[in-house]
Amino acid sequence: MSHAAMLSRESFVELGARARARVLLDPGTFRELAGPFDGLTSPWLARQGVVPQADDGVIVAKGTIGGYPAVVLAIEGAFQGGSLGEVGGAKIAGALELAAQDNRQGTPTRAVILFETGGVRLQEANLGLAAIADIHAAIVDLRRYQPVIGVIAGQVGCFGGMSIAAGLCSALVVTREARLGLNGPAVIEQEAGIAEYDSRDRPLIWSLTGGEQRIATGLADRYVEDDGVAIRATVAELVALPPAAPRSAQYALYLERLARYDPARQADAAAVRALFAGDQP
Amino acid sequence: MNAETGIETTARGEAWLAALSNGAPRLDGYPASVQVADAELAGRPVRWIAVVPDVASPFPRARHGEVGLREGWSLARAVHDAVLADRDAPAKRAIIAVVDTPSQAYGRREEAFGIHQSLAGAADAYATARLAGHAVIALLVGKAMSGAFLAHGYQANRILALADPGVQVHAMGKEAAARITMRSVEDLEAFAATVPPMAYDIDNYATLGLLWRRVPVAHADAPGAGDLATVRTALEAALADIDADPHRDLRGRLGGENRQASARVREVLARQWQG
Repeated sequence: MSHAAMLSRESFVELGARARARVLLDPGTFRELAGPFDGLTSPWLARQGVVPQADDGVIVAKGTIGGYPAVVLAIEGAFQGGSLGEVGGAKIAGALELAAQDNRQGTPTRAVILFETGGVRLQEANLGLAAIADIHAAIVDLRRYQPVIGVIAGQVGCFGGMSIAAGLCSALVVTREARLGLNGPAVIEQEAGIAEYDSRDRPLIWSLTGGEQRIATGLADRYVEDDGVAIRATVAELVALPPAAPRSAQYALYLERLARYDPARQADAAAVRALFAGDQP
Repeated sequence: MNAETGIETTARGEAWLAALSNGAPRLDGYPASVQVADAELAGRPVRWIAVVPDVASPFPRARHGEVGLREGWSLARAVHDAVLADRDAPAKRAIIAVVDTPSQAYGRREEAFGIHQSLAGAADAYATARLAGHAVIALLVGKAMSGAFLAHGYQANRILALADPGVQVHAMGKEAAARITMRSVEDLEAFAATVPPMAYDIDNYATLGLLWRRVPVAHADAPGAGDLATVRTALEAALADIDADPHRDLRGRLGGENRQASARVREVLARQWQG
């Protein structure tokens, strides 16, 4: 990238959730639902000594993308690590459910989810988990009609039950700042020991779960620069595509690949690329 | 308790699957940790599925009943195969997930090869089966933890649980949560007792409205004839309830006394949706 291009670029990663949603929606169409003045704060955080936030860290914004009706669900990574509790989870699930209902009634609403999340908010444990199950259900329902596009821009990344949600999306967009994995590094180190996963070994972690590796191994679909214009153009292109077989339905392909891996050997980035790259679905 | 790792393994999943499927043979072609059997319940075809410990698994982080890379994709296959086989059948078989899973697998191999995608495969399959008209039931007989439960059970039309202290639902296993939050297990339990969604026990979980029914049994570890009859009756009632329900989504979970905000958020969204 030239210096001029770099200077004219507007970082997407540095934006908050509300501003990100604005960037993706067609100018003048952004309309926030269940917003900070609707009195929907977490009923569980205050009693545990955590100050709640008026939007519970999730923005629901309706509008259009490239002229198509769309809803953008943006998680605020700066609030409680983007963790999902009852209210934030219900905002995402409920909006996806309404988008699916739109489609059944003739309005082809698409959805875009901006993942910036560590997964379940442990202070709301089972209600976060249940909300994430609802989100999974709603993605699988909606993506039968119209694309559900996931974006992992960074820098929180996408972990826990929401990494499963990312795996259910019709298409997944990542940047170099993205990380995607089920379990956070600290939890793996706690559970499996430092020899298995050293949470301070950043090169190792990025080599396995970073956006560059996920795109090289077919576990994501588009790799974009941290640039609002580029991300917006990529999302606009993807929401216009007809539904196709999602990655999460490719069990036969992945079982066949795993059968060729000998787990006696510890995994590294090259081994995953050798097994997963090349013959994409 | 496994002496080497300190991880508790139980045989509940296997015991209940074997008993409920009348000892039907396990289907071939699955790893030993994913048991699949076809057997009738009250004259209706059912595919029974459980994830069980396999101490000889080549994946060292998935030997105690965890849902790992192979387990997730194999669950997907077991469910999708039933959906494909019944595609043109007038009556689609029920799919019953027998759930006793301590956690998802935590390991380097797992993250490297995309365990999140494997679990997405399983969740996709169960949700797809439900939307295709299969009755999908989760029967919790032991632990139903975190990502493992999301992959195996949480997409069911109805969730049933044995009313037993060994049945636990949570976002993180108790031992791991205690280590991560630097509390003792006892402290964690005392704290969880005051915040219902933080609790592990099935009675607190029931206040969230996510369970369709709790089923009392005498011996959750080794079901006897009486327990089996009780559980079968409950499963048949769940099938009848699903049959009578015009909806194939998860809205039946929104009535819990301790899950009222989930319903309120949806009301606000619906009111504002059309602008």
